[in-house]
Amino acid sequence: MDAYVQDKPAEELKPPVASVGLIGWIRANLFNGWFNSLLTIVTLYFLWIVVPPFIRWAFIDSVWNTTGAVCRNADGACWSIITTNFRFILFGFFPYDQQWRPLVAMLLLFGLLFYSRNRNHWTKGLGYSWIAGLVGMGFLMKGGLFGLPSVESTQWGGLPLTLLLSVFGLTAAYPLGVILALGRQSRMPAIRLLCVIYIELIRGVPLISLLFMGSIIFPLFLPEGITINKILRAQAAIILFTAAYIAEVVRGGLQAMQRGQYEAAESIGLNYFLTMRLIILPQALKIVIPPTVQQLISAFKDTSLVVIIALFDLLKTSQTVLSNPEWMGFSREAYIFVAILYFLGCFSMANYSRKLEKELSTEN
Amino acid sequence: MQTENSQAEKVPFWLDPKMRAIVYQIGTLCMVGLLAYYLVSNTLINLERQSIATGFGFLHKESSFEIGESLISYSAASTYGRALIVGALNTLLVSFIGIILTVILGTVIGIARLSKNWLVSKLAAIYIEFFQDIPVLLQLFFFYALFYEILPSPRQALHPFAGVFLCNRGLVFAIPEFHLTHAYMGISFLAGCIAIYFLRRWARRRQAKTGRTFPVFSVSVGMLVLLPGITWLAGGAPTAMSVPELKGFNFQGGVNVSPEFSALLLGLVLYTAAFVAEAVRAGIQAVSKGQREAAMSIGLRPNRVLQLVILPQALRVIIPPLTSQMLSLTKNSSLAVAIGYPDFVSVANTTINQTGQSIEGVALIMLVYLIFSLSTSAFMNWYNKRVKLVER
Amino acid sequence: MNEETPKSTDMQAIEEPMIEIIDMHKWFGEFHVLRGIDLTIHKKERIVICGPSGSGKSTLIRCINRLEEHQRGKIIVDGIELTNNLKNIEKIRAEVGMVFQHFNLFPHLTIVDNLALGPIWVRKVPRKEAEEAAMHYLEKVHIAEQAHKFPGQLSGGQQQRVAIARSLCMSPRVMLFDEPTSALDPEMIKEVLDVMIELAQEGMTMIVVTHEMGFAKSVAHRVLFMDFGQIVESNTPEEFFENPQHDRTKLFLSQILH
Repeated sequence: MDAYVQDKPAEELKPPVASVGLIGWIRANLFNGWFNSLLTIVTLYFLWIVVPPFIRWAFIDSVWNTTGAVCRNADGACWSIITTNFRFILFGFFPYDQQWRPLVAMLLLFGLLFYSRNRNHWTKGLGYSWIAGLVGMGFLMKGGLFGLPSVESTQWGGLPLTLLLSVFGLTAAYPLGVILALGRQSRMPAIRLLCVIYIELIRGVPLISLLFMGSIIFPLFLPEGITINKILRAQAAIILFTAAYIAEVVRGGLQAMQRGQYEAAESIGLNYFLTMRLIILPQALKIVIPPTVQQLISAFKDTSLVVIIALFDLLKTSQTVLSNPEWMGFSREAYIFVAILYFLGCFSMANYSRKLEKELSTEN
Repeated sequence: MQTENSQAEKVPFWLDPKMRAIVYQIGTLCMVGLLAYYLVSNTLINLERQSIATGFGFLHKESSFEIGESLISYSAASTYGRALIVGALNTLLVSFIGIILTVILGTVIGIARLSKNWLVSKLAAIYIEFFQDIPVLLQLFFFYALFYEILPSPRQALHPFAGVFLCNRGLVFAIPEFHLTHAYMGISFLAGCIAIYFLRRWARRRQAKTGRTFPVFSVSVGMLVLLPGITWLAGGAPTAMSVPELKGFNFQGGVNVSPEFSALLLGLVLYTAAFVAEAVRAGIQAVSKGQREAAMSIGLRPNRVLQLVILPQALRVIIPPLTSQMLSLTKNSSLAVAIGYPDFVSVANTTINQTGQSIEGVALIMLVYLIFSLSTSAFMNWYNKRVKLVER
Repeated sequence: MNEETPKSTDMQAIEEPMIEIIDMHKWFGEFHVLRGIDLTIHKKERIVICGPSGSGKSTLIRCINRLEEHQRGKIIVDGIELTNNLKNIEKIRAEVGMVFQHFNLFPHLTIVDNLALGPIWVRKVPRKEAEEAAMHYLEKVHIAEQAHKFPGQLSGGQQQRVAIARSLCMSPRVMLFDEPTSALDPEMIKEVLDVMIELAQEGMTMIVVTHEMGFAKSVAHRVLFMDFGQIVESNTPEEFFENPQHDRTKLFLSQILH
């Protein structure tokens, strides 16, 4: 064997021009082989015929702050439907002069969410702040005390209603889901059976059927004279629905727990409840934080279904505006606006979930 | 230490775990039973008070409402029972077509996401993120609105290709007029499928014996195309088409796909495909890089590496989430009620409104979807057991 | 020192070159990982390559069977030049066997099927013959009784021996080993090294990237030391370990031979 052994360290050379820098990147990523080159050209062509007309419609030719009549004569998008009806779309039938209240409630929610993003802030104090915050939000919406005029829930609507249904839905569904998951793992056959039946039943049916059940059938369950308002019925349906999915997520975490943890707790002498509360649940729930955030995203999207039972969430308020003759026919603009709101919410949550997953996986 | 087996100390029953378990269970069952009793008795009282009938007798009553689209014959004189069957068939139709399209689209996008071509991969990523983060109901409304607001009336219908029209009554296109040859073409296609099965067996045996491979895939595709093709020629090459023509205010002839169906299908497919794409991507990435390297270093060609090493392992990871997405699509098809497509929930909803028998109606809805879910779960469990990797 | 191992100079005299690497450079993006490698390996020669991590030793052998692509210079394997020509790559890969640090057995196939896959689909051998050859090589690595098990049921040492048999099934002319024992528990290292020594005694051309110096001493013709993408030192095992020439070599040896 011959080997040319080098005495001095070799100089570090620059790689061939065609393989690095901008040209290299283009060669490697866009025109790598004849198939990829063809693909790039076809894709660029496709973008060329789709994107410029869209930009022209949405921005260049669009009208921003006019009446419906002017809009109809224009070629481009009619964003006036959003700007003129902004407060109705966002707040629904909430009394005009009191709309600062749902606004403050939403800001409170966003503030809490933003603060909770940093895991170092996850203390018991934060938990209490959340409970106080949620109560505060409910109070801001309802009023009736401290000089705030009472606003009936029938007038709640728009974005605050969507957020309310999602956040309260998940908060209430979480403990219920954990209990169901524990019940499903239980060694007592009756309890396990009940939990399995519940979980499989709820997961097997579409949310719409539960919403129907909530709005039509729940009133039948109650004795004469007692009524629950519509929002509460829809909220109950959402909670029951989400709890079943959370139960499955938590079950995954429980199953990932090593046998040794249970055995160590037993050997210390902890009973079932203490074992769960102090040892198992803290670890299991931490493992499933990412799928839980996924559930929150789903719950947020699923609240849009309440439009079918005529609750005035964000979708329904938009549709109400569209049924106004002045603004009829501009569905594209209205739905694009609502889509952007949902997208912003879901995308930030999804991003956060991915970031969390990375953090958690490198920790363990 | 003395052990007195015959007189072991009796543990008081409230400390004995077994007794406690029984007590807990009886207690829970009692609570659930009491709750159920309370709800049921209230319900019965309320139903009586509002003079609402109970039981499923309404299924035999005349429905007196029309259904816009149906796969079987139906009129307002048909029973509620028949109406519900029409609804169920419509659900199956949109789910079946939806699942096929979703799997194709989702797989393509999932593979595109992994492409080395930066443009294609980024576009796929944008698609996935975008369609996952917008509620499916909103997408349905959007596409439905597109039909009604953008597309013109039949008289000014868009005419992109010969025999295809797009208007606010839906998509209308020409189909070949039915001829006996078409039936024979169908039979020859089936015959082709059977032939492919035997071809694969023969090719596998031959390879085991002699080592020579046979291009089964290309020959199969060729057969599926040529056999019906030859039958068509033999039958006289019938080309008569049922072409839609504008008569009065609407089209006659051809096939009319309603805006409701189109919007529902489009919305469901685009939404679910984003999730399927993620599942496909995750499955392919789950196969470690080393597998590909080991296969290549033995000298296998890229297509064989895919067929023999990557795909079998990737499919194990892809199939479970894929199955749950298919189920999700079926459940989401229930949103048809919001845009007026007569699926099962839609028809059941009308029935409930007319008869007032909400409990039976909602129970039927849940039952039908439960049947879908449980059969899908059973399939998934069977599949998972079958392909489980054998480990210590 | 093994008396049977011929001197390197004898190798040059009697055998033709198997692998020739001429002024080979490779970059990972901007990073110049291999800086001018010149190396010729003759038939039946056995080389051990060692060096600190990041020195490019794994990259070097992965270039030989085109798992990595070199940007400058030439690599010629058994007379065939390694370029973008797919046919050449395929031919070279059929002649060059590789054993990986993490075994990379196919978990969804039995041991026998793992071995028979290559012969059946690349060399177009009938199944019966392929399975017989597979059993022959499994016996060679002393693991025939596990033939119908799955990789997940075997220990690390057993899996690596199967991986070696899998490469041998393609009747390669050269075997490349990329840190074959680094992922094994200590008690399993010997069984794998024993198989490799048997292979060596049968005259297989081998290039082994490893830190197992005992193995180097017993069967290698030459030991190469690589650092920062260059071959810094090359010598017979005795000379290498007793008289390292360069400071970098001395430093490295002091770190691993403690």
